[in-house]
Amino acid sequence: MFLAEEAGATVAAGWFLEHAWLIPVIPAVSFAIIILFGKKLPMKGAEVGIASMMAGLVLATGLTYQWIVHVRGAAEAEPVIKSWVWWQSGGMKFGLGQHIDGLAVMALLLVTFISTLVQIYSVEYVRDDRRYTHFFAAMTLFSAGMLAMVSAENMVQFILGWEIMGLCSFLLIGHWWEERANSEAALKAFLTVRVGDIGLLVGVAILFGASGTFSISGINAWAVSGQPSHSVLLWAAIALFIACIGKSGQFPLHTWLPDAMAGPTPVSSLLHSSTMVVAGVFLVARLYPVFHTGLDINVAGQQVNLIAVIGGITILIAAALAFVQNDIKKVLAYSTVSQLGYMMMGLGVGAWVPAVFHIFTHAFFKCCLFLCAGSVAHTGSHHSFDMKNDMGGLRKKMPITFGTWMVSTAALCGLPLVSGFFSKDEIIDGAKHNNYTVFFVIGLIGAFMTTAYMTRATYLTFFGKARGAAAGEHAHADDHAHAADAAPHRVEGSASDEAQRVSGQSEAEASHPRQQGFGWATESPLLIVGPLLILATLAIFSGYLNAAPFHIEKFHHWIESSIGVSLPEAAEFEWINAIPSITLVAAGFLVSLFLCRAVFGEADSKLKGLTERSRLLGAGHRFLVNKYYLDDLYEKVIVHGVAHPIAQAAYWVNQHVIDATVDAFGRGGKRTGDWVYKNIDQRVVDGAVNGTGAAARGTGGALRPIQSGKVNQYGALLFSAAAIGALVLVIVNT
Amino acid sequence: MLVNNFLLLGAVLFCIGVYGVIARKNAVMVLMSIELILNSVNLNLLAFNQLWAKDNPGHVDGNTFALYIIAIAAAEVGVGLAMVLLIFRNRKSISLDELSEMKG
Repeated sequence: MFLAEEAGATVAAGWFLEHAWLIPVIPAVSFAIIILFGKKLPMKGAEVGIASMMAGLVLATGLTYQWIVHVRGAAEAEPVIKSWVWWQSGGMKFGLGQHIDGLAVMALLLVTFISTLVQIYSVEYVRDDRRYTHFFAAMTLFSAGMLAMVSAENMVQFILGWEIMGLCSFLLIGHWWEERANSEAALKAFLTVRVGDIGLLVGVAILFGASGTFSISGINAWAVSGQPSHSVLLWAAIALFIACIGKSGQFPLHTWLPDAMAGPTPVSSLLHSSTMVVAGVFLVARLYPVFHTGLDINVAGQQVNLIAVIGGITILIAAALAFVQNDIKKVLAYSTVSQLGYMMMGLGVGAWVPAVFHIFTHAFFKCCLFLCAGSVAHTGSHHSFDMKNDMGGLRKKMPITFGTWMVSTAALCGLPLVSGFFSKDEIIDGAKHNNYTVFFVIGLIGAFMTTAYMTRATYLTFFGKARGAAAGEHAHADDHAHAADAAPHRVEGSASDEAQRVSGQSEAEASHPRQQGFGWATESPLLIVGPLLILATLAIFSGYLNAAPFHIEKFHHWIESSIGVSLPEAAEFEWINAIPSITLVAAGFLVSLFLCRAVFGEADSKLKGLTERSRLLGAGHRFLVNKYYLDDLYEKVIVHGVAHPIAQAAYWVNQHVIDATVDAFGRGGKRTGDWVYKNIDQRVVDGAVNGTGAAARGTGGALRPIQSGKVNQYGALLFSAAAIGALVLVIVNT
Repeated sequence: MLVNNFLLLGAVLFCIGVYGVIARKNAVMVLMSIELILNSVNLNLLAFNQLWAKDNPGHVDGNTFALYIIAIAAAEVGVGLAMVLLIFRNRKSISLDELSEMKG
């Protein structure tokens, strides 16, 4: 155990490194404050949440600085580990603490930074919401959970943080639970992730049983020591990876993530783009020695492994689904799933640093994209997220949103010289360099598809002619019945609740600029635009922390001590290797632009309505629109298939076994009864019974008042009887 | 040792729970009070286990019992809440005062 002795040895590491445990503690305390006193505060609790996030950010910044110094000073950077006994049971101690190394520092900085921006953005976005205070409380608790998880010293603390996030995602997705679709989406997210969570419990139990420790550094050291048998590591890795599949929305448990867009947009941005869903990827990165050894990653001659396969499949199927979505947030949701696939694939092919770096860069540009979508819906399209019916032509009306969107899209697509390029291309390069040819090709196809669907989304949202709400079709001036007006345009779930929420805040509407027709869409307020600008700047420049083309490897240097195993050297970067992906990105852009202009543009085109005319394309389209029928598979086949036979079997047992037995007893009983009646009952018993009856009637009459029907009174009687019994027991025993 | 304090806390919780069961009219509050009672018992079990384990290190029988009680309490609340839900659907109220069909 790394207890106080360890802490004593690293005092020189610096105050922030020593006190990193404060970062999760502050939001946890703030959560309590918001819940208890939030409603009485002047800003209804929002200020506490933002202040705690900012305090966390300051601490995390100091932590990052000291970690960089720490890494520079030491040849082999030691993690700063602290642990306190939380509880103990029969000689087993469970600790809470911190395990601060490069990976944890990166995640702490990332989470506090994104949370701060998202909370600032939310002040405007959910203004005058019914459950404003609860919203901020849940957001803060969520951040506390994530921070506790990434700084976890042992797996018990890790599970604690992991489950807190699961709970908060349920609360936040179902924030507007009055709408049935939202509460169903929240339940679906919670239950689907729970399916995976079983894997986490099993995996941690296996690791604990075999290694005898919950400590993360202990498990990692144990996994590479050559001491554990390979099959133990294999099963532990598979069990843990099932948890990652659930949490990180990997195939085949990705179905909850797009539905989770039913929550408010800041929630989507915080939980389902940049923080919570990377928890699974983080788990793989955290316990990488277990996965690396257990699944034989980078063993010579091994072409596939579980992580890479799941990641690869996820990249492709999610990207394909993004093409048929009309809801802008769902496009981004599938895009997130696909990018998480990249991270998993990167870890699966041994490209650890690029994968973790992709977590880092992806957080900025995906968060920015979600907030852009929120900005469009908040100001531009009247709380609708429907790209086809309610957007279009917003480029001129919302220049800042448009600009930040374009920058983040460029980063997501991996255009050269923006951040996505430096992380995603390194993953693809790593796959090639480590001889995973199949995954190299998948990565390239994924890059092509990413560009294509983002071009489609951009075209529909910002170019072309304004449609629906963006054109002011149900503008404010009409009346406040617009929520009902918008109904025909609703996509399932997310769009409708935005509209529904509006109806609850009609007074706030009065302050909106009221303009007729097309002209009313303007830029969003500063509280929304500010975070967008900051994130877009980072979407460009965050990549330069680890830009292989320019031989910048700072990030690599800061973080490599967290890997825990020796990986093959990364390939030397050459522009010639980047040409295939750049070409494919360009091709994706051009093909998609051409198709978009043809299909959604004003000019007549043969391509319009192609899916209705061509049977093959129509079938493909339907297959995608129905999400590969996976939801149907889960609900109709698996849930129904499990529940239905059980009900059937129970009915059969009831009818044939229980009833038959009862019948047999009944017949036997009747025969006996006849005999008894004739011989005993009439003669002997009756007299006795009549006497007893009279007695019972008397007693019953006396006891009737006690039988009052009042449950509380029964309780009182029960407890007094128990008290008398206890008293008797005490007296007898003394 | 500190066992006294645990027992005192347990007793206080138990009394609060009993008060809740007797005095509250809201069925959900009664269920919550029952939870309090169960947990005060848990606290007792844990405290006595602590006391006992001092002389017999490594024994966790009390803790095991507490785990059983937690599981049973979860099941109990599940059934209880389901009943409350059904009562509410049928009567639009969960006040226990109105549930007096059993009056003799």
